[in-house]
Amino acid sequence: MTAPTDRGVVWLGSPTFPDAARTALLDTQLRANLKRATTTIRAKRHAAATELDDWEALRDSAAAIKRRTARHLGRYLVQLEQTVTAAGGIVHWAGDAAEANRIVTDLIRETGETEVVKVKSMVTQEIGLNEHLLDAGITAYETDLAELIVQLGDDRPSHILVPAIHRNRTEIRDIFAAEMGRWGRPAPEDLTDDPAELAEAARQHLRHKFLTAKVAVSGANFAVADTGTLVVVESEGNGRMCLTLPETLITVMGVEKVVPTWSDLEVFLQLLPRSATGERMNPYTSTWTGITDGDGPSRFHLVLLDNGRTDTLADTVGREALACIRCSACLNVCPVFERTGGHAYGSVYPGPIGAVLTPQLAGIDRAATLPFASTLCGACYDACPVKIDIPALLAHLRAGVVESERARRRLPTAEAMTMTAAATVLGSPALFDAAQKAGSLGSRAIARDGRIGRLPGPLRGWSATRDTPALPAESFRSWWRKNRDSDR
Amino acid sequence: MTSRDAILRRIAAALADVPADESPDDVPVPRDYRRSHTSPGGDLVALFTERVRDYRATVTHAGRAGLAATLAAVLTTRGVRNLALPDGFPSGLIPPGDWQWHREPLDVPSLDALDGTLTLAAAGIAITGTLVLDAGPGQGRRALTLVPDYHLCVIRADQFAADVPDALARLDPSRPLTFISGPSATSDIELDRVEGVHGPRVLDVVIADPSDTPREQP
Ligand code: SF4
Repeated sequence: MTAPTDRGVVWLGSPTFPDAARTALLDTQLRANLKRATTTIRAKRHAAATELDDWEALRDSAAAIKRRTARHLGRYLVQLEQTVTAAGGIVHWAGDAAEANRIVTDLIRETGETEVVKVKSMVTQEIGLNEHLLDAGITAYETDLAELIVQLGDDRPSHILVPAIHRNRTEIRDIFAAEMGRWGRPAPEDLTDDPAELAEAARQHLRHKFLTAKVAVSGANFAVADTGTLVVVESEGNGRMCLTLPETLITVMGVEKVVPTWSDLEVFLQLLPRSATGERMNPYTSTWTGITDGDGPSRFHLVLLDNGRTDTLADTVGREALACIRCSACLNVCPVFERTGGHAYGSVYPGPIGAVLTPQLAGIDRAATLPFASTLCGACYDACPVKIDIPALLAHLRAGVVESERARRRLPTAEAMTMTAAATVLGSPALFDAAQKAGSLGSRAIARDGRIGRLPGPLRGWSATRDTPALPAESFRSWWRKNRDSDR
Repeated sequence: MTSRDAILRRIAAALADVPADESPDDVPVPRDYRRSHTSPGGDLVALFTERVRDYRATVTHAGRAGLAATLAAVLTTRGVRNLALPDGFPSGLIPPGDWQWHREPLDVPSLDALDGTLTLAAAGIAITGTLVLDAGPGQGRRALTLVPDYHLCVIRADQFAADVPDALARLDPSRPLTFISGPSATSDIELDRVEGVHGPRVLDVVIADPSDTPREQP
């Protein structure tokens, strides 16, 4: 991979993951907030997913649709360009963050406006659009409740679906009370930390902005190549406000968001809400195709963004990460995320998917510790609605990181050999099983009271700070195979 | 070279492993999932009613009382007075009583001053408790069901699709579509659901018998 231009994605000057994680682990308030929120959502997601007895078939289909799309991405993008244009939209192409920011800024300037309302969008976070607009004298108002909390608190998002997940209700109340007045309508004097009251305060604060905004900027969850239809999935109605009331709508989307056909949505619209908020359906989904006379914006611009996606596509293993529909299920089930929170990842994409996407989008040297930010427990893979094998991707990227470090230092490290072996083994179920059986015997031989302490030799550095549980006599996979088979 | 060409060229180069003669159809997509999660012959209206109530929307079945009388009763309960009435709403359905009906053209400030909106729907989805509006006759522009704080939606019992695949097949993607599953809500505070943010905070649904429902007037 050639050294990329500055693509955003990572927050410059952030500490590496191990350092940031160590700090985060000391923050008991943060850990309590995260534990509470992820516990709630895990139970809801599980109930919503298991309610559908064909969940696995939906996942298989979703993964295959994404595979088909990735392998023929150019064709679908050209088709999307045609259908959107035919419906009255204008399509722009942006190679990187800087170009996308320039395009959006110019489009806003053409309208003569200096304020825009925004629907929550990961991709505009990725390119740092708000900061860029501010430099250009344009104020972007975030309208999603969690994004508003982050913006008012001069904070960073820590989760891809619920960016303020690191804040509890009391902290949110305090931010609203202190900051709303500086951006517009102040919070009511007697605001409490009741979530319903906080939502009401956000409604009052943003209402005037929605009703008077002339320009909106959004992302997109999906774009349908054969019909030219854009899709935004949301809950609060702030999306509908932005997509409906302004005269000009500018949508920025990563090139990987395209899906081939309208009927492909039947898979994703079942998987996404259940995986994201654990609902059968999210409150609002809006779809629009170009412009409609007399209803909604009269100008629609679609910005198709690369920003590292074609580099990711070039890695035949790593490209699987482009299938992500940003549901956040993998974050919510991740034992590492639950303890460190999202900020420790130093990226707009935290959690398991962030650990595989960030180094690929931004360049591996900018996020070299992230592929190691995981225990490879596999919970993310099980939860992922598009079946991205995140543990295998992590192992693949670890091998890549170690490879590039070895090239620099010119010596093979124990880590390098271990990670290359791990990549090979995790990539093959048969080898993985064999390794677990071997590991189980081996680890029992050196464990004391079921735990492996400091190891001699090349693994001393690794094991000095970790107590590794000895591997169980029987792996989960082999237990499952036996018990599932005997259940039938 | 334009950015468009550069991106398309990078994509082509990145996909060097894809055989030149491979077509999208050569990449198999299994479709082994169910077209519907309802039981055959199941009661879609009853299922929708149960599911949409989960979102804290209310559902009323217009039975013997008749549709207009049912609408009047629901509006009376809510205490709303000034309502937007979309183009093409069947005049025979407008409930008798002391309500002020506001017709198009309605600008945003006028909409903001209203108490609510009464509309028809394009389709419903039983499994997910979802209403779909396509801005057709009697449904209004998208702003009509967004800016006022209250939405009363009438849907005929024969408009329900069993599940998401069936619903998408019925809908026309060239129209602006809004899928509505309950009142606006947020899970942004501690991932707990709270109803009522920017969209209408109250959603009432009235289900009409197909036989006694006048069709929308184009
Ligand atoms: S990787 Fe999978 S589980 Fe994680 S956010 Fe993306 S789609 Fe969801």
